[in-house]
Amino acid sequence: MNFLLMTVLVAFRVLGRNRMRSILTMLGIIIGVGAVIAMVSIGEGAKAAVQAQIASFGTNVITILPWATTTSGVRSGHGGAVTLTIGDMEELRKIPGVTDVGWARRDAMQIVHENKNWFTTVNGVTPGYLVIRGWSTVSGDFFTQADTETAAQGALIGQSVAENLFGPGEDPVGATIRLKNIPFKVVGKLIAKGYDTRGSDQDDVVFIPFSTAERKVMGTRFMGSIGAGFLSAETPEEMASIVDEVKRVLRQRHKLRPNQDDDFTVRNQLDTAKIQEGTSESMKLLLLAVASISLLVGGIGIMNILLVSVTERTREIGIRMAVGAKRRHILLQFLVEAVVLSALGGLIGVGVGVAGAKVASNIAGWPAIISGDILVIAFGFSALVGVFFGLYPANKASRLNPIEALRYE
Amino acid sequence: MSLIVCRDLVKTYHLGEMEVRALRGVSLTIEAGDCVAVMGASGSGKSTLMNILGCLDVPTSGTYALEGTDVSTLGGSRLAEIRNQKIGFVFQSFNLIPRTTARENVQLPLFYRGMPAGEQRVLAARALQRVGLADREHHHPSQLSGGQQQRVAIARALVTSPAIILADEPTGNLDSQASREIMDTLTQLNREGITIILVTHEADIARYAHRIIMMKDGVIQSDRPAGDMFGARPAPQEAGA
Ligand SMILES: Nc1ncnc2c1ncn2[C@@H]1O[C@H](COP(=O)(O)OP(=O)(O)O)[C@@H](O)[C@H]1O
Ligand SMILES: [Mg+2]
Repeated sequence: MNFLLMTVLVAFRVLGRNRMRSILTMLGIIIGVGAVIAMVSIGEGAKAAVQAQIASFGTNVITILPWATTTSGVRSGHGGAVTLTIGDMEELRKIPGVTDVGWARRDAMQIVHENKNWFTTVNGVTPGYLVIRGWSTVSGDFFTQADTETAAQGALIGQSVAENLFGPGEDPVGATIRLKNIPFKVVGKLIAKGYDTRGSDQDDVVFIPFSTAERKVMGTRFMGSIGAGFLSAETPEEMASIVDEVKRVLRQRHKLRPNQDDDFTVRNQLDTAKIQEGTSESMKLLLLAVASISLLVGGIGIMNILLVSVTERTREIGIRMAVGAKRRHILLQFLVEAVVLSALGGLIGVGVGVAGAKVASNIAGWPAIISGDILVIAFGFSALVGVFFGLYPANKASRLNPIEALRYE
Repeated sequence: MSLIVCRDLVKTYHLGEMEVRALRGVSLTIEAGDCVAVMGASGSGKSTLMNILGCLDVPTSGTYALEGTDVSTLGGSRLAEIRNQKIGFVFQSFNLIPRTTARENVQLPLFYRGMPAGEQRVLAARALQRVGLADREHHHPSQLSGGQQQRVAIARALVTSPAIILADEPTGNLDSQASREIMDTLTQLNREGITIILVTHEADIARYAHRIIMMKDGVIQSDRPAGDMFGARPAPQEAGA
């Protein structure tokens, strides 16, 4: 222990003597570790942001759209045919594992409050929709099932709409706004959700009862057709089987023959999350490759400089052997020098990486998540690199013949 | 029991096709407390013999018993221990570690004994004092004269209280004044009980020894008391003066 400690001190002194050379040698490790930590931290931050966006869509949501899509997701076929109805949704409510059912239809229109107006998306929705999509209010309350049945003229407004139609600090609840010249009473102001995965503002929205939208605001070619249906599953595990059941029920109700394609589209929220996971998997592999290559390059740099050092200090090695150093003492001395170089490089790299992540997150505008694990792993690996690449030069030093080493000029 | 007993030491080096027979059968007994000078022409095998006696090298054949232990068959690790405990080396070219203080150079053998650092410092300082360099503890080799560097080397050799100090041409790189100081230091140590074996070309230096071994072509040509060759030893001066 005493011996090891003193060997470490000697190593620091030797490396301090050639300060410039030591720093240049460590540079490979510093850059490698720094880059990996910065990239992982920013990547984790981005991943968390995306996951928050996915979660803001609601929990275990299955979406049903009244049109067919090709495999690449492009809308196709059946121009304007009515393919999804309230009746369909009521039938889907019976599928086991489904907790809530809701539907909506939307239209973009001008909204007026006093002398201000704002162009936004108006959604006619059922209370079930609001529950499934995880909406709640910061002031006021949802419209009720009764409101839906009576086609009441109540509206919920998103934060972006509130900002544009009302003054700062003004509570919109109780105020009257006009949609297509029809007065609506604002019954609640919604929580903020931010941007969705496609980059559109989820708070730039107005919700009114579905029936009101159908009968008074948007009009319809035939009663009971909906713009989109939503189901929520009790657990994520059940979602795939519910999706299958939804397809089966809808094909039956729509009287599709086996050779006909679906005239609707069912989307599983988990699939979106999986695509995201897939990209972060390949991102991880890329990072691993970058890390391995830079540690390899750094390790070779250390090996190279240590071989030079062994040659330069051949005589010193001979002297040490003459006064009683054993092979393992010499081995340890050079190994410790290698590990001090690589571990110090790793430590500086950790600092550089953390600083880099902070700077990059400031510039990119999303938070970097720096996990302690990655710091410890990066540091540990760099120390291991020292052991691995130090072994060859250290072994070479320890195998020197003392007499020849003492004679070395 | 004699300190050193060698029988028929042979050392053969192979240089590609060529065989160099540096020692061709050397038998030698040295008693504890003796002071022996080894002389002979360059290439006669003096250094080879010293390296074997100092356990830095092993003979191709023959036996070498040090304090009754046969060391000619020991492995590298055991030889390192013997060098550390029983033997001190002094070389012609001083062989101090550069950019390292005198005291740290002297501490080196103690370091490999695993001695606590505090104890190492005390013993090293005492050894430097014995060679008259108490005030040079913190100097680097490059800040010392040749004679001072060699005295640091002697301090390093004696710090472990070895049985033998082996000095291969210790004055070869020094002027006559420094040479005399080094020899005075060594004879002083000899009087304190350490066996000294030294290699030299110079008759002046060999006179300090009790016994003179002449080598030629890898064998001992003559081996006799110093008085036979040179008459009385020179009067010793104060060590480190
Ligand atoms: N490592 C070696 N390899 C080959 N030959 C050597 C080696 N060391 C010494 N010799 C040869 O052995 C002979 C004795 O060398 P050495 O003991 O150094 O002589 P001295 O010290 O008396 O001058 C010389 O001929 C020398 O060239
Ligand atoms: Mg020689």
